[in-house]
This record gives sequence, C-alpha cells and structure tokens, in this order.
Amino acid sequence: MRTQMVDEETVIKLERKAKTIRRHVIEMLCRSKSGHPGGSLSAVEILTVLYFYKMNIDPQKPDWPDRDRLVLSKGHAAPALYAVLAERGYFPVNELTSHRQINSRLQGHPALNYTPGVDMSTGSLGQGLSAANGMAIAGRLDGKPYRVYVVIGDGESQSGQIWEAAMAAAHYKLDNLTAILDYNKLQIDGPVEKVMGIEPIFEKWKSFNWNVLEVDGHDIRALMEAVDEALRFKGAPTIIIADTIKGRGVSFMERAVEYHAKPLSDEECRRALKELN
Amino acid sequence: MSKMITMRDPRDAFSQALLELGEENPDVIVFTADIATSTKTSLFAEKYPERFFDFGIAEQNMISTAAGAASCGKIPFVATLAVFACERVCNQITISVAYPRLNVKIVGTHGGVSVGKDGATHQSISDISIMRSIPNVMVIAPCDWVETRKSVKAAADYVGPVYVRLGREPVPVIFDDSYRFEIGEAVTLRDGHDVTIIANGLMVHEALKAHEKLLKEDIRARIIDLHTVKPIDERAIEEAARQTGAIVSAEEHTILGGVGGAVAEVVVEKYPVPMMRVGLRDTFGESGEPFELLRKFGLVDADIIEAARRIIKLKKR
Repeated sequence: MRTQMVDEETVIKLERKAKTIRRHVIEMLCRSKSGHPGGSLSAVEILTVLYFYKMNIDPQKPDWPDRDRLVLSKGHAAPALYAVLAERGYFPVNELTSHRQINSRLQGHPALNYTPGVDMSTGSLGQGLSAANGMAIAGRLDGKPYRVYVVIGDGESQSGQIWEAAMAAAHYKLDNLTAILDYNKLQIDGPVEKVMGIEPIFEKWKSFNWNVLEVDGHDIRALMEAVDEALRFKGAPTIIIADTIKGRGVSFMERAVEYHAKPLSDEECRRALKELN
Repeated sequence: MSKMITMRDPRDAFSQALLELGEENPDVIVFTADIATSTKTSLFAEKYPERFFDFGIAEQNMISTAAGAASCGKIPFVATLAVFACERVCNQITISVAYPRLNVKIVGTHGGVSVGKDGATHQSISDISIMRSIPNVMVIAPCDWVETRKSVKAAADYVGPVYVRLGREPVPVIFDDSYRFEIGEAVTLRDGHDVTIIANGLMVHEALKAHEKLLKEDIRARIIDLHTVKPIDERAIEEAARQTGAIVSAEEHTILGGVGGAVAEVVVEKYPVPMMRVGLRDTFGESGEPFELLRKFGLVDADIIEAARRIIKLKKR
C-alpha cells in the first residue's frame, strides 16, 4: 500500500505528461482519420495518474501475474490508453501512428492479445466492470495484493450490465477494486441527461453499497489523493466520480457533442496541435 | 443384441466431473446464476464454497466476470440453462470471452425440448447454431453420462472457450468407462454402408434404436456420434458420405444451422451426397412431457427411420 504524500513536483510532472498524452491522442486521430476524440481527451488525467503514479506495473513484463490491472470499460477512449501505454514504455511511441491501420497492434478498441499492456478486450459497452470484478475475484482467491482499476463512461452507465456488476462487486465485497467514472456528461445523441438521464449518480452508487468519492477529473492532485484514499476502504469497492469535460484540452472540442467520434479535418488537427504545443 | 438400459442424468456426470476437477485443479472455479440445484453445481459449492460464486439472475454480468477471472489464470465453469447461457448472453460471450480467446467453459443445461413442462422460454433450440458461429468457441454436445463426464474433463484440459450442451432428462448410458473421448473425433458406434445417421445429445440413442429397426428392413445404417460440433470431424463425415452415399442428421435442436447445418457444410464442399435433417423444423418448443414433445416435434427413432428410407431413394447407385 502506497502511503507517499502527494508532492507538488510529481503533480507538475504529471500535468506535463498529460499534455504530452493529449498531443499523442490528437496526432493519432489525425493520422487515422477515425476514432473518438471527445471521450479520449476527457480520460487523459485519469489514465495518467493511474499509469504514472498509482499502478504497480512493469512495462517490461506486461503479463506479470502480480501486476495491477486496468480495464478501459469505455473502450472507445483507446487512443488515450494507447498514448499512456506508449509513454509508459509498453511499446514504442512511434507505433502510435499505426492506430486503426490494418494489421496493427493498436486496434480501434482495446484488444487483449494484440497490445502489450492491455488487460481486457472492451468496446462493447457495459462489460468491462464485470470483467474487472472477475480479476478482483481471481486476485483474492490467489491471495495476491494486486489492485484492479476500471474506467467506465456515463453513457455506458445506462447499460444494465453495469448495474449487475455494481451489485455483484458490493455483494462480494471487492475492496481490491477501484472504478472511475469519466463523467463528461455528453454522449453521441446529446447530453446524457437529455438522452437517458443517469442522475442522481452519486446516490445510485452509494445505494449499491459502494464507497463513493467525487473529484475534478482534470485535477491531477485531486485524482492522486482519490486513488490513494480508495485503498483505505475495506469491505466494499470504491468508485471515483470524476467530473470531466469531453474534449478537454482543445478549446473548440470542449463540451461539444459532435466530437464524440468525428474524424478531424486537417484544419482542426492543425488548430488542436497548436493549442497543445 | 439387447442389453439392459441404464438411465442416468448427464447433469450428475457434470457435477461429478466438477468435483474431480475441483480436487485436481485449484484454479477451477464455478459460477452460476441462481440455478445451482438444476445445474447440479451445488455439490461443488458444498465442497469448495470459496471457489463457487452465485451471481443471481444476472447472466450477462456472470459471463464477463468469468472472462476477467480467466484472464488472471482461473478456469471458470459457468453453468445455467442453455437459453440463459447462450441466447441471452451472445454479445458477452462474443466480445468478453471469444474475441480475447479466454479460458471460460460455458455449460448450458436444459438443451432442447425434452426440458418438458417449463415450455418454450426454457428450451434452447438454437444454442448450437449460435455458438458455433462465434469464432474461437469449441462446441460439444455429449450423448450420455460417460461422455458428459469425459467431455467436461477434456474441456478443462483444453485452453480456450468451450460450450458444452447438456439435456435435462436421464438418458440411456451408451459408453462404458473404457471409452476414449477425444475432442473433435466423431465416434462411429455402428458401421454400415447404406446410409449414415449423424447425431448428438439424446438423439444418439434414438439413432441407435433406428439402426436396430432399419436392420430388419435390410438397411445397414452407419451411426456416428458427433459430440463435437466445432471443430467438426470433416474426415469422418467425408468418409461417411463417400462410403454410404446418403446422410441423415439428427439433433434436439433447430434444423437451421446446428448439427444439420454443420454436417451439410462439410458434405457440400467435400463430397456432395443427398442429405436430410431431422430436428425441430424452425419452431419453438412448448410445454409437455419430454417423450411427448420429442414425438410431437419429430425427434424420435421413427423420424430418423423415415428420413433414412427417403434419403436412400435419392441415392445415386
């Protein structure tokens, strides 16, 4: 269990790393002309904090049995995950250009067996929390200390299977599991609350017997403190509701519904990369 | 040659196999969805409570959870009624289990109409078609107690997704313990050169009864137990087509895309001969006694015999 204090130097380093990750995300999407900008950008700080601060992992040993695991249940944020994995050393950064190309190790949605560092195939929303539960169960059966992280989406939270998994995680007291909700409040057809409202979301998770934390999902320090605090809760899983902005980091994409899966034009790419410089 | 028929419930064989596996392999874990008694996983649950997980009536979650556990080295056996182990959870099996090729064993009990009085909602008629159309999933439908026990053990040894379909009713024991079960190797139970009857599950016994009766009409039928629908034994099917010139498939399942479909695909490509399919004719089941339903839906030896007679007429001599 990590008990280090969150120090300012680390925060600044991670903020810089997050910006680099964002650059990679935009470059990847501009190259492949396909993918999900909005939901990838909103997840950047979450993934940066997990992979560069919190998770007990070894990029040289992606199959290390005792590693912490991450399930990107909102699998369409794959570009953010790939950028993080590359920067963390699981594969070369220049391989990011192969994203979504034929014969690539970087499939459109995370694919187990294709990409070093990917712990589960996702992309068909609603299944990742269940998979994470399974990993947590296995870890406990084996008496292993690894922790399982899972990032879910708000649109995804409309899916019944998420709530089946939520029920099961609490029932089996999976306190080696931390979920993070990338709560950017937008989905393909519009604002989540307009399409199929999920509020009151904090109360829902609480009523499902989870420990619930709320943070600004772009505040590195707050995220670091939240993932640390999650470890303290025993007897129940924890969810961190991260208040995020879809398209974060690129001014014209922020809070814009249309950037869920919009291929970026050359002009949009140029403008975005300029802002992220 | 008539020997005494012993009837045994294949679910007991499954239960027995799980107990053996529980003893042999600490990574074997068992999941169910509020159906431990009917799936007979309750014996495992009593002996190894820490390795047994009930997920309640939430099968989609159960399947993807098994995938996660398998990714960490566990060998989950996931058991519920076939309708809930297959039709209800297609995308979870496809994306959580099959696409990443995870070591999950799905056991669908209560396959076919012989489920009886619960009726159509609880009778799986399409599970074989569905499961074999998913890449990376092995599909096995054992015919008796012995084959069930051996196939479940074999499924545990194999690394990758497996679907095992069991019935609900006690069925005649056909094999004895000397039987050497091999995944993907069809078993020729009777030889013959006039027609081949390819069956699995409880239709194997019906096929054996048909064989006896056909002998009286001077028709010698080869009987093949096609326990493994995928990977299918192409060699045995081609040889049967070549050597007998006519094929009848028989399954407690729709004639669309199950054993009939699978066999037809091989026959048409390798050695085309006339073929007929015995099975549910694209209809749902209903409530009734198992034997009444099998008769009503054309799933007894008389139906196999009728098909055999007709197909032989179509043979090119």
